[in-house]
Amino acid sequence: MNATDIKNPEYFHKVVDCQWACPAHTPVPEYIRLIAAGRYDDAYMVNWESNVFPGILGRTCDRPCEPACRRERVEDEPVAICRLKRVAADNKTDSEIDQRLPKVPRRKNGKKIALIGAGPASLTVARDLMPLGYEIDMYDEQLEGGGMMLSQIPAFRLPIEVLRQEVNYILDMGVVTTFNHYVDSLKGMLEQDYDAVFVGTGAPRGKDLPKLPGRQEAEANIHIGIDWLANVAFEHTASIGKRVLVLGGGNTAMDCCRTARRLGGEDVRVVVRSPFADMKASPWEKEDAMHEDIPIYDNHVPKEFVLEDGRLQGVVFEKVEAVYDEDGGRELVPTGEDLVFMPCDDVLMAIGQENSFPWIERDVGLAFGKWDMPVVDEVTFQSTNPRVFFGGDSAFGPENIITAVAHGHQAAISIDLYCSGKDVSQRPPPQANLLTQKMGVHEWSYDNRVEGDERYLVPQADKKRTLKDRKLEVELGFDVETAFYEAQRCLNCDVQTVFDTPKCIECDACVDICPTDCISFTANGEEQDLRQRLSAPAGNLAQDLYVSDQLPTRRVMVKDENVCLHCGLCAERCPTAAWDMQKFLYGVTKAGA
Amino acid sequence: MSFINPTFRHPELPVNELGYTKKDYEGTISTLCAGCGHDSISGSIIRAVHELSIPPHQIAKLSGIGCSSKTPAYFLGNSHGFNAVHGRMPSVATGAAMANRDLIYLGVSGDGDTASIGMGQFTHAIRRNLNMVYIVMNNGCYGLTKGQDSATADEGSASKKGDPNPFSSIDLCATALNLGATFVSRSFSGDKEQLIPLIKAAISHRGFALVDVVSPCVTFNNNAASTKSYEFVREHAEATGTVDFVPMREEIKAHYEPGTSTEVTMHDGSVLHLRKLEEGFDPFDRASAMSAIARHREAGKVMTGLVYLDRTAPDLHEVLDTVHRPLNTLSESDLCPGNHVLENINASLR
Ligand SMILES: Cc1cc2nc3c(=O)[nH]c(=O)nc-3n(C[C@H](O)[C@H](O)[C@H](O)COP(=O)(O)OP(=O)(O)OC[C@H]3O[C@@H](n4cnc5c(N)ncnc54)[C@H](O)[C@@H]3O)c2cc1C
Ligand SMILES: Cc1ncc(C[n+]2csc(CCOP(=O)(O)OP(=O)(O)O)c2C)c(N)n1
Ligand code: SF4
Ligand code: SF4
Ligand code: SF4
Ligand SMILES: [Mg+2]
Repeated sequence: MNATDIKNPEYFHKVVDCQWACPAHTPVPEYIRLIAAGRYDDAYMVNWESNVFPGILGRTCDRPCEPACRRERVEDEPVAICRLKRVAADNKTDSEIDQRLPKVPRRKNGKKIALIGAGPASLTVARDLMPLGYEIDMYDEQLEGGGMMLSQIPAFRLPIEVLRQEVNYILDMGVVTTFNHYVDSLKGMLEQDYDAVFVGTGAPRGKDLPKLPGRQEAEANIHIGIDWLANVAFEHTASIGKRVLVLGGGNTAMDCCRTARRLGGEDVRVVVRSPFADMKASPWEKEDAMHEDIPIYDNHVPKEFVLEDGRLQGVVFEKVEAVYDEDGGRELVPTGEDLVFMPCDDVLMAIGQENSFPWIERDVGLAFGKWDMPVVDEVTFQSTNPRVFFGGDSAFGPENIITAVAHGHQAAISIDLYCSGKDVSQRPPPQANLLTQKMGVHEWSYDNRVEGDERYLVPQADKKRTLKDRKLEVELGFDVETAFYEAQRCLNCDVQTVFDTPKCIECDACVDICPTDCISFTANGEEQDLRQRLSAPAGNLAQDLYVSDQLPTRRVMVKDENVCLHCGLCAERCPTAAWDMQKFLYGVTKAGA
Repeated sequence: MSFINPTFRHPELPVNELGYTKKDYEGTISTLCAGCGHDSISGSIIRAVHELSIPPHQIAKLSGIGCSSKTPAYFLGNSHGFNAVHGRMPSVATGAAMANRDLIYLGVSGDGDTASIGMGQFTHAIRRNLNMVYIVMNNGCYGLTKGQDSATADEGSASKKGDPNPFSSIDLCATALNLGATFVSRSFSGDKEQLIPLIKAAISHRGFALVDVVSPCVTFNNNAASTKSYEFVREHAEATGTVDFVPMREEIKAHYEPGTSTEVTMHDGSVLHLRKLEEGFDPFDRASAMSAIARHREAGKVMTGLVYLDRTAPDLHEVLDTVHRPLNTLSESDLCPGNHVLENINASLR
C-alpha cells in the first residue's frame, strides 16, 4: 500500500467515527470533553456552531453517531452522545449564550432571500446567512417556527420551551417572518425581488391505504398519523378511542401510539408488516413504546377495515414472514395461517410520508424527475432554476432534523456563492487542524485513561404521571454527575495517533504495549494481503489501515484504526516520540468563511 | 503517564485450548523506560505461554535484581512469582524445583544479575541441569544502576556516557556450553519470530534451558559506539537457522521439503523444525556449537538461534532419584511410612 496521506483531512476525520457519521459533522469528542470539564456554555456553542439545535437534538436526534461510535466495537454500548448533548443545553447559562451568539450587522449586504417553510432546514439557512448581512423573509403556514419539530414531534419528547428558545436564537437575529401564510405559488415568489429562494417545505403528506376495503366508509375513525399528531399539538384533537391500532413501524408510529396512550387509549397496539428487527423506528423508541404497555405485532399485513352499522369495528390482518434473497432484498410471504382480526375504535396510519409540491408551477424552469421530485444537486442543493435551492425533507424525501441542518449549511454556502456571482460547485475546503497534546514527558492535555464503565441510563419521569399529561417530558436527562461519568466513557477518537517515520527505531515498544493490538511492523503489501498479516484480525474493511513510509529494515508500520482506544500508550512507550497524540479539529466550512 | 492498562482488548483475540486469551497471561503495566528491549521479551513470553496453553498457575517465575529482574511484574500476572536477592535467583529456583517438580520454572535475569554477582549461582544451576528456563535479558550494562558496563559488554564497546570497555566479555552461551548445558540458545528482543519459538522450545526442554536475549537498553546503551544497540544488533545478528515450534497437540501444517529440515521431538512430544541450518553447523554436537560461536565472534557477528540441544542428559531430579511427586502432596504416611520400613532399612544395612 502507499503510505497514508495524513495531510488529507478526510483521513483523520474518518477516524473520529461519531463526527464522520454525523451529517453535520459535529465535533463530538470535543464537546464531550467540555461537558466532563463542566464547561457547559463552551460545549453548547461547539454544538450550536455545527448542529444549530443542541437542546432539541439532545432529545430527539436520530443519532447516526451512536451506532458508529468506536466504543460499540470494543465494548457493547456506544457513548450516550445524544443525551450528553442535552446536558450541555440543560446546564448552559442563558445570558452567557446570548452574548456568544453571532452579531448581525446593522448594515445589510443588499441581498434578500426568501425561505419557504420554517423547519430546521430553513432555520439553518437563516442562521448562516443573517450574520453575513443578508435580509431574510421566512414564510410558513403554521403559527410559529419549528416545522415538524413543532407540529409533529410530541411535547413529551420535546418541550415547547426548549424548541422556542432555539428557534428564537435564529428568528431574533432579525428574520422577517410571515406565519400563518401558505405559499401557493413559487412563480409569485420568483416575481418578487428575492436574489434567491430556498425551499424548506418538508415532506408534508402522510401515506394512506386508499384501496383497502372499508377505507372510505370508516373515514371518521381512520386518521393519517402525521396530521393527527399536528392536530394534537395544536389542540384541535384532545381524545381518541380506548382501543387504538397504529399501523406502521417507523418513528411516526411510535409517536402516534405513545400520544394515543395519553389521549385515552387503553389498549393501544402497533401492528407492522415487517419483522420486529427490520422496523424503521429506532431501538430506543421501540423500547419506550413497549415500556408504556404498547405491544408491537410484527409480520401482520392489513387486509381490510371491518365495519358494522357504518362504524369501524376492527382490522383484518394476514400473517407473513420475511424471506431474504442473497442481495439482502426482502419479500413478505403469507404464512397461510388464519387471518387475524383485531378489534378497535380508531386506527392511526403511520406508514410513511411523501413530498408534494402542488404550489410549484411546472413552467418556472425547475425540472422534476423521478417520483415527481424536483431535480436537486446533491452537493450544492441548487435546482435546475439557479435561483432556487432546496434542503431538508423537501430535497430528497423524509430524513431527520440533523440531515435538514446539514443540508441547510450547504445550501447557505451555495446561496452565498450564488449571490456573490461565484461558481456554486467550487466548495470551500474544510478546516482541519492537528495539535500535539504533549504537556510533559508522559503527560497529555487530554484525559487518556480509558474507563471501563458501562453506559449509564437516562432516568425517566414516573409513568403514572407522564401517561396522564401529554406535555410532561418523559426523559429527565442526566444529572451533571452521571453526565461526567458517561462523558468519561468517550475514547477521544479525535486525539490522533500520528506516526513520524524517520524518528522510529523499530524497538517494538508500541506493538508490545498496545492493549488492542492495533500496531504491526511488517513487509508492505496490497491491502487485502496486509490485513491477513497484522498483529490481530483486521477484518473491518470500513476502517482504514494507517501505513507509514518504509523503515530502515524495509518494513512499514501498519496501524489498524478499527479498535484503537486512543489511550496514548504507544506514544508514552515510544522512546523517540515517533508516535505523538495530536488533537484533530475538523470543521465543515460555513457560508462566508 | 499511565499507571494502569486499559481493560479493553481486541474483540477477536485468539483463544487458546484453555479458553484463555493473551490478556489472561499479561501482568501490570511496565514501568521500564519507553523502548526498553526487556518489554519486548516480556511480550514474547506472554505470547509463548499463551500459545502453549499452559495454565498460568503451573508456572513459577523467578528473578533477581535489575530492570530485567523487574519484568516478571509485567507478565504472567496469574502465575507464582519470587523476586530473589541480586544474583541469587538460581538457588531459590533450585529449592523450589526440588520441592515441587510439577511447576514450570521460568527464571528471568540480567547480564549483571547473571554474569557478575550471580555467576557462581548460574554456573551451578547449569552444572546440575536444573529443570528450568533461564532467560537473560542481556543489555551489556547495569541498567537499573544507571548503565555501568557489565561483564557481557564487548571489548571496545562504549555506553552512552562511558569509555570503551577495556575488558574481554563473557559469552554466556559459550560459558553454558562449557559447563555442560543441555539447551543453549541466543536471540534478540527485536526478533519475535525467532524468540517466541525458542522460548517455547526452552519450556518443552527437560533440563536447564538458557535463552540469552540481546535486549538493548535504550537509555544507557543504545548509542552508536555500543555493540548492544538496536541498530548494531540488527546489522550484525546472524541466525544459525530458523526454528519452528509445533506443540505436541497441534498437527503439523507447514510442509518441508525433504532434506531441508531437521525434525527434533522434545520430551513433551512437541516437535522442533530446524531449517536452513548453516553449513557444517550441528546443534547436536557440543564441539560444533562451540566452534560456531567462536567463528561468529571472530567475524564480528552475533550468532542467534538454537545453539545446542541435548535431549538425553538426565536432569537434577533424575540424577538424585528424587520422589516423583511434589513435596506438598506427600502425606504423613508417605513421610513416616512406619516402623516396618525402618526395620527393613536397618536390616539392609546389617
Ligand atoms: C411524527 C414525526 C416524528 C419525528 N421525530 C423525529 C425525531 O425524533 N428526530 C428527528 O431527527 N426527526 C424526526 N422527524 C423528522 C423531522 O421532523 C423532519 O425530518 C424535519 O423536521 C425536516 O425538516 P425540514 O426543515 O425539511 O421541514 P419540516 O420540519 O417538515 O418543515 C417544513 C415547514 O414548511 C411548512 N410548509 C410546507 N409547505 C409550505 C408552503 N407551501 N407554504 C408555507 N409553509 C409551508 C410546513 O408547515 C412546515 O412548518 C419526525 C417526523 C415526524 C413526522
Ligand atoms: C547485593 C546487591 N549488589 C548490588 C546491587 C545494585 N544493583 C542493582 S541492579 C544491579 C545490576 C543490574 O544489572 P542487570 O542484571 O544487567 O540488569 P539490567 O538493569 O541491566 O536489566 C546492581 C549492581 C544490589 N541491588 N544488590
Ligand atoms: S468514543 Fe467518543 S469520540 Fe469515539 S466515536 Fe464514541 S463518542 Fe465519538
Ligand atoms: S492509542 Fe496507541 S496504544 Fe492506545 S490503542 Fe491506539 S494504537 Fe494502541
Ligand atoms: S535503564 Fe535501560 S534496561 Fe533499565 S528500563 Fe531503562 S532502558 Fe531498560
Ligand atoms: Mg543488564
